[in-house]
Parts: sequence; structure tokens; C-alpha cells
Amino acid sequence: MSGAGTTGEAVLQARDVAKSYGNVQALKGVNFDVHRGQVTTLFGENGAGKSTLMKILSGVIRPTSGEILLDGRPVAFHSTTEARDLGISIIHQELSLAPNLSVRDNIFMGREITTATGVDYAEEERQTRALMEELEEDIDPLTPVEDLRLGQQQVVEIARALSVNARILIMDEPTSALSASEVEVLFKVIRDLKARGVSIVYISHHLEEALQITDHAVVLRDGTMTARAPRSEIDLEWIVRNMVGENFDLGSPPEGHAIGDVALKIDGLSVPDASATGRSAVDGLSLELRAGEIVCLYGLMGAGRTEMLECIAGRLPKSGGRVLLEGRELGRASIAERIARGLVLVPEDRQRDGLVQTMSVGENLSLASIGAFTRGLFTSRKRERDLVDTSIRNVTIKTDGGQAAIGSLSGGNQQKVVIGKMLATNPRVVMLDEPSRGIDIGAKAEVFRLLAEGAQRGLAVIYSTSEVGECLSIAHRIIVMRRGKISAEFGPDATKEQIMAASGEAVVA
Amino acid sequence: MSNSNIGVIAMTDTGTIHKRARGLFGNGFDLGRLLLEGRAFFALIAIIITFSMLSPFYFSTGNFLIMASHVAIFGLLAVGMMLVILTGGIDLSVGSTLGLAGVVAGFLMQGVTLEGLGVALYPPVWVVVILTCAVGALVGLVNGVLIAVFKVPAFVATLGLLYVARGVALLMTDGLTYNNLGGKPELGNTGFDWLGFNRVFDVPIGVLVLAAVALGASLLLNRTAFGRWVYSTGGNARAAELSGVPVKRVTVLVYVLSGICAAIAGLVLSSQLTSAGPTAGTTYELTAIAAVVIGGAALTGGRGNIRGTLLGAFVIGFLSDGLVIIGVSSYWQTVFTGAVIVLAVLLNSIQYSHRRPSSAAKPKTSATQGSKA
Repeated sequence: MSGAGTTGEAVLQARDVAKSYGNVQALKGVNFDVHRGQVTTLFGENGAGKSTLMKILSGVIRPTSGEILLDGRPVAFHSTTEARDLGISIIHQELSLAPNLSVRDNIFMGREITTATGVDYAEEERQTRALMEELEEDIDPLTPVEDLRLGQQQVVEIARALSVNARILIMDEPTSALSASEVEVLFKVIRDLKARGVSIVYISHHLEEALQITDHAVVLRDGTMTARAPRSEIDLEWIVRNMVGENFDLGSPPEGHAIGDVALKIDGLSVPDASATGRSAVDGLSLELRAGEIVCLYGLMGAGRTEMLECIAGRLPKSGGRVLLEGRELGRASIAERIARGLVLVPEDRQRDGLVQTMSVGENLSLASIGAFTRGLFTSRKRERDLVDTSIRNVTIKTDGGQAAIGSLSGGNQQKVVIGKMLATNPRVVMLDEPSRGIDIGAKAEVFRLLAEGAQRGLAVIYSTSEVGECLSIAHRIIVMRRGKISAEFGPDATKEQIMAASGEAVVA
Repeated sequence: MSNSNIGVIAMTDTGTIHKRARGLFGNGFDLGRLLLEGRAFFALIAIIITFSMLSPFYFSTGNFLIMASHVAIFGLLAVGMMLVILTGGIDLSVGSTLGLAGVVAGFLMQGVTLEGLGVALYPPVWVVVILTCAVGALVGLVNGVLIAVFKVPAFVATLGLLYVARGVALLMTDGLTYNNLGGKPELGNTGFDWLGFNRVFDVPIGVLVLAAVALGASLLLNRTAFGRWVYSTGGNARAAELSGVPVKRVTVLVYVLSGICAAIAGLVLSSQLTSAGPTAGTTYELTAIAAVVIGGAALTGGRGNIRGTLLGAFVIGFLSDGLVIIGVSSYWQTVFTGAVIVLAVLLNSIQYSHRRPSSAAKPKTSATQGSKA
């Protein structure tokens, strides 16, 4: 039934859809087609309006003006349930599965098949098995979801959408947490779905990956559609150009300033692995970082980068070795003492470790440097405002002001708040764990520009990344970590292939 | 409206409403939100108007002051509770701590006999007050250390202290009540009843104590680094810790402060009664939690303010006293109080779900804008 109609014709259309939140226009009259049995990818930076458009198409919110056409007829849905009944399902970036329940129970959650005697588990199990066969995934319906790998959990989400006969499937950043092999599985599933006539709307920050799977590209910028074209007419450069509106460059290592003395010295550092006793996440690692120098730390997931940075910051205990800041050993200093001495960490997960959602932008920015605007017993509001305003200017945060809610900012600007908070403490050494995670290219470039400027002022910077392209930008040195040890060190003239080989990553030709 | 207390509260509360409304909506004005944000204040007004119509005795300065001195007890507990709830915790032991503090004060007022020396010491009242507060602080310290250092869930740790503190109070008195806490002039320990009975400019001392404690707590929360630490610990303890906030120390301290608040409440109560019973304050912890919740604080931590908590305490106090004045049975009072609490939590969840950035609040406002356009 979902295969009815011709492949490629527009099944879902948005016509002049606009959405405003108060005075802010998130979408300004966007036209957007979803083609039957094909993948349409939405490209755009954070804050370009992708999520807003997806929420409108899936019934989470309603447009301020404009209309949605389904099979050429205007429709208006007031909830996700109504959208789902019309065959439109959305799979969110954060999976919405109950980890303690089985695959079967998750798929039929809220729509249990009941008979007079209760839930018909046998029938649910049979249907689940059929779905899994269709998706060619060998997952037992009775396995608890928490026992599945992330990629398999994604498949369960897809199965759930299919079980309600979804004709249009919206996937928001489906690959952000998947390994390369899991992405392959997902893409195979997507191709199968296409063959069955399911239309897919795909959103990803991973441009090269999205190009592999998409049939149509639509680019949004600042709430307007800047370009759309079929896959055959476009390439990576076309997307980036339309997304950012200018030639794009992540920068090069800053030059022309003096590289100073050793600011941070790590000597034989070992950090125990939290998940496996007796093993070390970081194994006797030594490293020196000089003032004015930018070092990139590259490695796969589980190479021990996060553990090393969190241990240096005082979050995790070490099992051996020494950390010296400007020649003085840190010993068992608390996080607060380390910050006071000029060593700060910008954590990897900004929602979990970086931001206090209940506080305003300004309160978040000033959180790590309250002492700087406290005189005697009381804080000075004026000094705090000055500090916040300076931070907002310095790290170029787009916001209505310090009193705005942190949730009103885009991902990139939230990340700048976390960075700005730590820079406001006037550090000597800044460590950033995956500073570009989940933010768009424009914000990435701005973050790197900030780091380069910091280095020129004599700041020692070390950042970790799992995107090899980001190593070859502003870093003076690239250190590759593998299983808790340094496996190689390169200068800025290294190639991607060299770096990836040293990390133990299979080089895909 | 001759009452000065209510006047002050009215002024400051509309102040916040304005500030918040500006922060959220630019210069927009939304009656529904105003009513939602200021709900505790409007509930209080509604209670005063309703009971004033039902009883000629309700609306008088004298009655307001009597009711306010009842509110003082809950209010003191609620201020301490509020600090704990802001960090995302809960303190179930405050009612028992109140009872224990009263008993300790009574015990000290009766004179301490030192067996070995054969002398009886009669500490002056200010020493009694300090020692009693120290007992409250000690209970809080045990709570705080259990929770922050030994990672015992706050609910369980403070439930344990609820029993322990009550048990100690019963042991100290053998279940009996200390009477005649007035002291004797020849022993130099008179004046204990001053807290409960005296008035300054016609305002009961208990109410002034509450005002002072609330003012102090408000300054602490809004103008000191510690206050910011409290809010950030409750909002996201991990992020706070990585920003250099001493999360453990903050946690211990809020329980200590809550214990001290409970001890002060115990002093005021036993002074009002000039007697100290070991069962005083039973279930008061629940009333205190209710006041905090009615005042708009989130039990998940990070949101709330002293002003709201005080309003919450006044709502509960003025409601239950009003029901007594118009002669409603105490069983019905329990039902009404419960209904008010549920309603308050309901409104809290509406308010906080509206505050979430992307979903509910915005469609509502933009819908009205859309219809204008």
C-alpha cells in the first residue's frame, strides 16, 4: 500500500511555511518537497531552522503561516499522533526507547495488541519477528533494549515507525552515535525502505555521509531555503557553500607569536578504567604542552582521551604518574583549586556536564568565576554584568543578553557559553574535549578561531577530536592516542591517512 | 489592608512578576502567565477575601498578627527546607529537629546538674539559644554528611534522622513535657518567653524572627557566591562541579542551615507555649515541603525563591486558621490543605513545562501573534 504512486513524485510538501517564536522568525516561508521512495536530506547549520521544519512536518508544532500538503491535499495536524496516523513518523536524535523493556515491548509500547484476556504477547512477538526479518536484523524480540548496540537500537526505532505503517520517515541525526559499521547497516535499511516506497527525510551534520545516501538535497540558512537540487547535480562543496554562504576554512595554526615555556607537563599518567577493574584507560602517558601552543588529541572512541582530560582536570582519580602545571605538581588539588591555578576543562557533553539548564545564559557564563565579582561577602551585580557582557562579546554568543534562558540558544551558541565560562576564569591552560561535537560548521570555525586567538595571547590549548579533518586545522601538533597510550605524533603537515592509520582506524579507500 | 506584612509581600511579588515577564517575552504582557507566575500571591488574596466575607473576625490587624505568628513556625521550617530543595534534596527530619530543639531548650532551662561536682548550672537564655541552634546544626550535619559523603539518598537519610531525633527527644523527657520555661530571676535565666510572647511595634517576635531569617536567606541566595552554588548544584551538579563549585560542601551546608532553621522554629514554638513537649512538630516537615511547593519551587532542584516560599507558608497558615475561625471541622481542614497542595504541584508542572525552550510555551504565544497578523 505504501508503494502506490510513482517513485519520485512529491508526497509531502511544505508551501511557504513560516514559524515565529515571539519576535524571532525561525522559518521564513520555506518550500520543501519530500519525494516518494527517495531520501531528501536537509542541510543547514544549527539554528538554520531544520529542527523547526521537522517539528512542523511531524506535528510537534504548528506553522504560523503556510500550509502542508499530503498527496496534494492540504492537511493540518495538531499532534504527533495525528501525524503518525497519516503515516508520518519521526525518529529523534535521542532515541525514545525504554532500555529496561524488551524489543517487542518497545515496538508495541502504547499500542499493545490486546485480547479479552490481556496483552497478546505471542502475536506481538510474531509481528516483531516479522519486522526484524524485513529489516534483515538478527535481533530477538525478547532481548532487553539496553543489551543492544546503539545501531541495533536505532533499527528498533525504525521498526517501531514501520509497525505503524509509516510512509514518511523523518530521521534526525540518526548516525551521530553510530560506528562506521553500524552506519553501513543503517544505510542498507534505508535503501530497503526506499525500495518499499517509504519516503525519508534525513538530517545530518555529517555531510559526506549524508551525500552517500541522499537523492535530493535541500539547504536551509537562517530560516530560508537557500538551495535545492537532486543528488546528481551537487557535491560537498556546493552544500558547504550554500550552508555558510561563503568559502569555508577551519583555519590554520596561528603563527607569529612566541611559543613559551612548558605550561602543562604530564608524566607517566595512568587512569583506571571505570568499566573494567584492573585495566587502565590511560596507561603511563607523558605529554608536554607549551604556552601559546595548540595540540590536537586524536583517537577513536575508547582511546582514553576523555579519561585523560578529566583526570588532569581533577574529575577522575589517577592511579599513577604526575601532572605539573607551570612546574608545580597538582597532586590531589580539587577542581576548584585547579581552576584557580589556571587549568580548565571544557567537557565533552555540554548538556550533561557543561550547562545548568535552570540558570540564565549570564549565570552560566559567570558560574566558574563568581569569586571575581564577589567583594567581601556579597556579589556585585554590576561587576557580574560587566563580566557576562564581556564574555558574550569575546566568544561572540548570539543571544538577547545575559538574562536569556540557556535553552533559547542554538547548540553552537550553547557550546560557546561553556567555553566562555571557562575562559572567563583567565586560565593558563585550556583543555577542550570534543569542542565541535554537535555544532555546525560555522560555529566550529568560530570556536577554532577563539582557540587560535587564545594561543596567540599565550594560552596553552589542547583539544580532542574524533574528526580527522579537525586535526589538520589550527593545531601545531597532533597527538594520536590508542588504547591509553600515544601511538604517534605529527606536525600540521600530516595527512589524514597517516593520522587515521596511527589511531588504529581502518583506512577506507 | 492595614497589615504591613502583606503590603510588603504584595509589593515585592509583583516586582518579580514584572522582571520575569520581561525576561521571557520582551515587553509583552500576558494575563494568563501573570496569574500563573503569581499564583501563590493571588491565592493568598483570594483566601483573605473569602474568609473576610465569611467571618467578621477574620479581617482585623489583631487576627492577622495572630495568624502570622502561627505562620512563623512553618515559615522558618520552610525557609530551611527551601534551601535543601533548591539543591535537589529533601529534609524530612525538620519536624523532629524542631521537637528535639524544644526539648533541649527545656532541658537547659530546667538547669543542668553536674553529678561529679554536685552543682546545678542554669545557663542564661542566650546560651540556651546558641546551644539549641547547635543541636539543630548537628542534626543537619549528620544529614549532610550522610548524603554528600556517603551518598545515602536524601529521602532515606533524613527519614532516618526523623526517627532518631524524635526518639532522642522522647528519651530525654521520658515522654513527658517540660513546663514553666519562664526561668527564675534569682537564677538569672529569665526571658525565654520573650521570643514567643513579646511584641515590637505590635508585631510578635516570632514573625520578626521569620522576617529576619527570610531576609538573611534571601541575601544569601541572591547576593553571595554560596547562593549561586546552591542554584547550580540543584540545576546540574555535574556541571557545577566541573565549574569549580564545591558541591559536597554546599550540600552539607544546606542541611546544616535547615537544621538551624528547625531549631529556631523549635525555640519560637516552645517559647510561645512556655513548655516543650517531645512530640512537638510531628508532621511539620510535610507542611514545610507543602509551603515550598506552593511557593513555586521545583522538587527537582534549581528553581524557586524565598519570596514564593514565604507566600506558600502564608497560604497554608491563613487557610487553616481561616477554616478554624469559620468553624469548619478539622477533618475538612486536612482535606482542603491537601487539595491546595495538589493544585500547587499541578500549576508548578504547568509552569515548568511551559518554560522548556522548544515545545509548549512558544506555540501558545506565537499562536496569538499569528491571529493578530
